[in-house]
Amino acid sequence: MSEGHGAVAGLTMSPQEIVAQTTYLVAAALFVLALKWLSAPKTARRGVWAGEIGMLLAIGGTLALPDIEAFHWIVIAILVGSAIGIPIAILMPMTAVPQRTALSHSFGGLAAGLVGTAKYYLWLSQEPEKLTSFTMGVIAFEALLGYLTFTGSLMAFGKLQELLPTRPIVYRGQNFINLGLLAAAIVIGVALTVNPAQPALLPIFIFLSLLFGVLLIIPIGGADMPTVISLLNSYAGLSASAMGFVLNNKLLIIAGALDGSSGFILSIIMCKAMNRSFTNVLFGAFGQVTGAKTAGALERPVRSAMPEEAAAILESAQSVVIVPGYGMAVAQAQHKVRELFDVLTKKGVDVKFGIHPVAGRMPGHMNVLLAEADIPYDRLLEMDEVNPELPQTDVALVIGANDVTNPAARNDKGSPIYGMPIINVDQARTVMVIKRSMSSGFAGIENELYYMDKTLMLFGDAKAFVGEVVKELSSSDR
Amino acid sequence: MSNLYVFLLATFLGLEVIRRVSPLLHTPLMSLTNAISAISLVGSIVILGEQRSTLTMVLGAIAVVASTINVVSGFLITDRMLRMFKTRGPQP
Repeated sequence: MSEGHGAVAGLTMSPQEIVAQTTYLVAAALFVLALKWLSAPKTARRGVWAGEIGMLLAIGGTLALPDIEAFHWIVIAILVGSAIGIPIAILMPMTAVPQRTALSHSFGGLAAGLVGTAKYYLWLSQEPEKLTSFTMGVIAFEALLGYLTFTGSLMAFGKLQELLPTRPIVYRGQNFINLGLLAAAIVIGVALTVNPAQPALLPIFIFLSLLFGVLLIIPIGGADMPTVISLLNSYAGLSASAMGFVLNNKLLIIAGALDGSSGFILSIIMCKAMNRSFTNVLFGAFGQVTGAKTAGALERPVRSAMPEEAAAILESAQSVVIVPGYGMAVAQAQHKVRELFDVLTKKGVDVKFGIHPVAGRMPGHMNVLLAEADIPYDRLLEMDEVNPELPQTDVALVIGANDVTNPAARNDKGSPIYGMPIINVDQARTVMVIKRSMSSGFAGIENELYYMDKTLMLFGDAKAFVGEVVKELSSSDR
Repeated sequence: MSNLYVFLLATFLGLEVIRRVSPLLHTPLMSLTNAISAISLVGSIVILGEQRSTLTMVLGAIAVVASTINVVSGFLITDRMLRMFKTRGPQP
């Protein structure tokens, strides 16, 4: 990118450009600080403010640029965006956070794809000298990532919102078709890079990218969503960064790179927490093979208990670890869980929460729900913190979690989840599992935990059952 | 070329800073980085504002709407979430 105001140094910049570039510089610094402050709950809100100020500065600086003319259109577009964004932010229930996140990745990808497309046609028709192989290569990269993130995240949104089947959708030759599509898109992208003046190829390229995004995500099941959302987060960031290359805007490059690396780190954490690789998540279609073998085992006896018994056991315990999972989110049980936490704490029971990194549908999902229910965050322990405590714990109460508590991950080399780090609830003195029925979890894997002698199955809706237990405990108050 | 250095350095900086974020805050982290990368709003504004052709203005306008949604809802939701994280009050 040899042309443009950036490379020719500050000498030729107009006063407005200097103002804009200064606001960009300050905004970049504020964005880094925002993420730094987010690392601890105490300073986290300051991080949000820093990000907001940086954003406002950068927008103000951009509007001051001399080339910007269509103010009425800009204002209208921003008002429309705000009119959609503000209600989403205020009205959305916390259980819908994963969906909202997927949707915002999709908008981010769409914006990047559209800007890349607009820039291509603009340069092609008005400034063909700027459409070099380098800029074309970057546009192709931006469009590919942007459009595949757009449709891929829409699919993820559809699955999370349950508009689409959450089970993996698989068919024969799926990986072959997906890889073939990607290869075709790359071939066209390379052809465009070699000779950018082929306007007929870009729509085909865009179509292939859009289609690849759809096909990439439909075989992925709900349990893999934390990884996939993180990965799409990374793509959305990278596409914003690519937009920065196309527009020669360093602030975009920096902000996109920060987002991209954040998504990348989260994806790695999620993959480690499931003992799987990226390729395995994207092309493995977890769960469809293992579902079949569970049928024969359903006759085995389990011990079950009523809310009264569960309440009595919890009351006589000294320490309780609650392990929440996606089932708690589905049942919207977090507020009842908080009541349980309160009533037990009042009776002198030490209650903690053990949170697996992939519990729920996105990284940190359970923490947000429990925080929403006013459970102090110092009671929320990570897997590595809670595991050493479990052997001394009287009761482990599993609410709507399954695979992340399955001892087969430790003991059974034949199990598909073998090697995955789990929360060792089976080491607690008593285990109680709230579950709607004996059906196996998302991955379709039998959970040995349910058949252990010290395990009590509490059948019912998580919210209703916890509510019953709370009522029981409160009425026994002396 | 200098843009590549900027990208490289920002990525390393991002990896270092974000590694320190507690898993407790991973959801707010994701929505904050989302809001921040919606700085693509700035690029979309330029495309729309330059008024170079009807096509770029239409594409730019959609991009501005999409990025604005992310900016606005991203920051608001992050703040809404972070307000919920409280420490325990006086020990019972």
